[in-house]
Amino acid sequence: MTDAPLLDVQGLRVAYTTRAGEVPVLTGLDLSLRAGEALGLVGESGCGKSTVALSIMRYLGRAGRITAGRILFEGRDLVSLDDGALRALRGRRIAMVYQDPMASLNPVMTVGRQLMEVPMVHERVDAAAARARALAMLREVRLADPEAVMDRYPHQLSGGQQQRIVIAMALIAEPALLIMDEPTTGLDVTVEAAVLDLVRDLRRRHDSAILFISHNLGTVARVCDRVGVMYRGELVEEGSVRQIFTDPRHPYTRGLLDCLPTSGRDKRHAPLIPIAGQVEPASARTPGCGFASRCPHVETGRCTTRAIALATVEDDAGHRVACVRVDELAQAARRRATLAVRDAQAPTAPVIAVRDLHKSYERRRARLAARKDVVRALVDIELTAARRRTLAVVGESGCGKSTLAKILTGIEVATGGSVTLDGIEVAALPVDARDRTLKRKLQMVFQNPDSTLNPSHTVGYAIGRALRRLRERAPADVPSGVARLLEVVKLGPEMAARRPRQLSGGEKQRVAIARALAGDPDVIVADEPVSALDVSVQAAVINLLNEIQAERGTTLLFISHDLAVVRYLADHVAVMYLGTVAEFGAVERVFAPPYHPYTEALLSAVPVLDPDAAASRIVLEAPLPRGDEVPRGCPFATRCPRRVGTVCDDVPPPVQQLDGGHRIACHIPAKELAARQVPL
Amino acid sequence: MAALGESTPATVGLAIVLLWATLAVLAPLIAPYPPNASDLAALAHATPSRTHWLGTDHVGRDLLSRILWGARPVLVIAPLAVLGAAALGSLLGLTAGYYGRWIGIVITRACDIVLSFPVIILYMIILAHFGSSAWNIIGVLTLTKAPIIARIVRGMTLDLREREYVAAAKMRGESALYIMLVEILPNARGPLVVDMCLRTGYNVIIIGVLGFLGIGLPPPDPDWGGMVKDTYGMMMVWPHMALVPCAAISSLVVGFNLLAVGLRELGLRD
Repeated sequence: MTDAPLLDVQGLRVAYTTRAGEVPVLTGLDLSLRAGEALGLVGESGCGKSTVALSIMRYLGRAGRITAGRILFEGRDLVSLDDGALRALRGRRIAMVYQDPMASLNPVMTVGRQLMEVPMVHERVDAAAARARALAMLREVRLADPEAVMDRYPHQLSGGQQQRIVIAMALIAEPALLIMDEPTTGLDVTVEAAVLDLVRDLRRRHDSAILFISHNLGTVARVCDRVGVMYRGELVEEGSVRQIFTDPRHPYTRGLLDCLPTSGRDKRHAPLIPIAGQVEPASARTPGCGFASRCPHVETGRCTTRAIALATVEDDAGHRVACVRVDELAQAARRRATLAVRDAQAPTAPVIAVRDLHKSYERRRARLAARKDVVRALVDIELTAARRRTLAVVGESGCGKSTLAKILTGIEVATGGSVTLDGIEVAALPVDARDRTLKRKLQMVFQNPDSTLNPSHTVGYAIGRALRRLRERAPADVPSGVARLLEVVKLGPEMAARRPRQLSGGEKQRVAIARALAGDPDVIVADEPVSALDVSVQAAVINLLNEIQAERGTTLLFISHDLAVVRYLADHVAVMYLGTVAEFGAVERVFAPPYHPYTEALLSAVPVLDPDAAASRIVLEAPLPRGDEVPRGCPFATRCPRRVGTVCDDVPPPVQQLDGGHRIACHIPAKELAARQVPL
Repeated sequence: MAALGESTPATVGLAIVLLWATLAVLAPLIAPYPPNASDLAALAHATPSRTHWLGTDHVGRDLLSRILWGARPVLVIAPLAVLGAAALGSLLGLTAGYYGRWIGIVITRACDIVLSFPVIILYMIILAHFGSSAWNIIGVLTLTKAPIIARIVRGMTLDLREREYVAAAKMRGESALYIMLVEILPNARGPLVVDMCLRTGYNVIIIGVLGFLGIGLPPPDPDWGGMVKDTYGMMMVWPHMALVPCAAISSLVVGFNLLAVGLRELGLRD
């Protein structure tokens, strides 16, 4: 530790100018990064992590302003550098990878040219040398057939391939510092795993320091050496990955970890523990600890009067915490929620039965073209949802899980097969043709909190309208009904007068749940209801769904791409891949060998919080096949790590019926799969 | 309304529009002369003077009084025509956007046909046929502006109908009319209000053009466009006679435009 750190941020303060005046976003941030080190910056949305990245790049824009502090990079203070000097640093010594690769790539230039531009501009090398460098870099980011990729335009590549290109562009100049802001957030879990592995691998070879920003603690554990936890513009805890994940000291860090549905937990044993309250706006800053208003250990006086500095934890070098009660809390046991252990669940009669379900879309190749492409969104779907239980449907984007929800709800109709809801055939019944009782039976909670509620209507109107339509409530009874439903979702009656823009994401989702409950449905279809929410809010919403199910006996069809949540919440799981059900069964059977090879890949791709996680994971390097590339046989054959031969490409896999209704669609006998697989 | 103060263009635009509106309302009280009264004595000195602040026109009528009175029909016809166009256009746009398929195609094509007509010729044909009156001008403006509004609303509807709250409305069995008017239209209002403001300004221009072409409001009541038509021939001798009504038209149009710009600015910020 004799040499100076590569990046040393000292007392950084940043404020944004808004209509309400200047709002401080970073309030005295200190962090340092040595050459070749990877620091993860985690925290929920609005905590200022991206502002840190933008401040270092000096990309704050017109509204943002560095009000105090220094950002020393290789000994020079970036805050006082002029534009010319910054230009020379950016892209050459400091590079950045953003969340959305499409926004970083120029859509009208081939990716090859964009890659070559970097050394040509920064190092003035000639085109031939730049091309050689670009090709070598593409090989390094493990893109198949780099020669061909060079001539492609960004839109011709998949999201994962685009992000690889962006990483290649960032690394081609061999920067000393690479800033990655949520680089895998928009990617599917298997693609994310491959990109994270790539980053880990490239780090070893390139010796670039990495500042890795993410809201996902698991991805940070996979890539970084050290972790900084941010809350409301401050670093509240910092330490090695092991220190943070095995011995968190700050109440906020503990809260974050406690609300994650990590493996080994399920709803019957330990409910998730959400953090109380919600992040207060930066403009409502009070002296003292920023977390005080939500902290279970807060002590008025010590915690709330003056700013709290990071201090090193005793006997734990490199572990720094900003909490005045850190020594007292060290002994205090982590909060553990207790919930009566429910008995093993007896099987119940199915409320939804899906058989042979097909859905295809026709698409004309071009205007007036006689030939039509048939896109098969769902093929031979077969599954059942038991009453009062949760059926989770998991899979990556494009697997057909949302199409399935649309058919259940009648927003779209099936092209073949049968779906029964309490014995009533609904596969070909659009929502307009369903009578009131049928509409009441099944309601939906949507994914996007920002579009689930009409911005022009108050909360009271949205819920009240549902009561009036589905329950035929007289207008006079509506306000009391709204208040009762708000209470069910743990919101106060005063919420009824609010409009969606006055609500947080979690509150919007609660209102949406209340609206779905208005008809007292038998089945709630929830399409990724928590994937847009921060982890602490996510935990609260998941708990709420569980409670509602326990109290009302609602059947939940939970659509998700998040296997940790599914494992925690589900009773039964259907794993979907490209419109087919690859595996179906009770949760404890699906999440134990024998797995379908796709389930196995999905499970091994989930970022876990264990810094010692085994490296022997399955990484799917091949991209998702496009519509015309899907094999006639098993749809997973193009990416399957356990592919046995041409039989996989040509013959649809048999559905193997195993114990307890567990089904796997694979050519490999289940016994053989079980023998080769390890529990994940 | 309070938020309007936060945008400079909106404030200035609103001030200009409100000024004209006030002058129009108060015209009977503040106009120094009756609008059609000729002061033949002033003809010798038609230029602005102490008795006629803005001068008189070629038959000795006080320009200031005529400008004030002339603001009244403009400020009634232009907004009414825009409201008519907005109502008709929204209905067409919502229907076209919500249903898509052949209903959408028929409406869009019908709008395109109207838009492809040279409007001035259209005005001349219709007004010459039905006669020129305030109501006919409102009708003609409504018909020709509605397709533009319809196009805007259709575009927004295509986007808004895919929102999850629309799916939620369908799932509780709402009628198509309810979804269009209660779930979709209120969320299209931002761009719609901006466009209505802009279009009110354009209507002021068109009313002026119609007056200039002699198919505007029938004389002798003051009409800004008509005032220019009557006097532009004397531009070399008495430029003020044509320039004063021109300035009135321009300032009102600028007012509405600034208001639209300001509203858009405020809309983007939210």
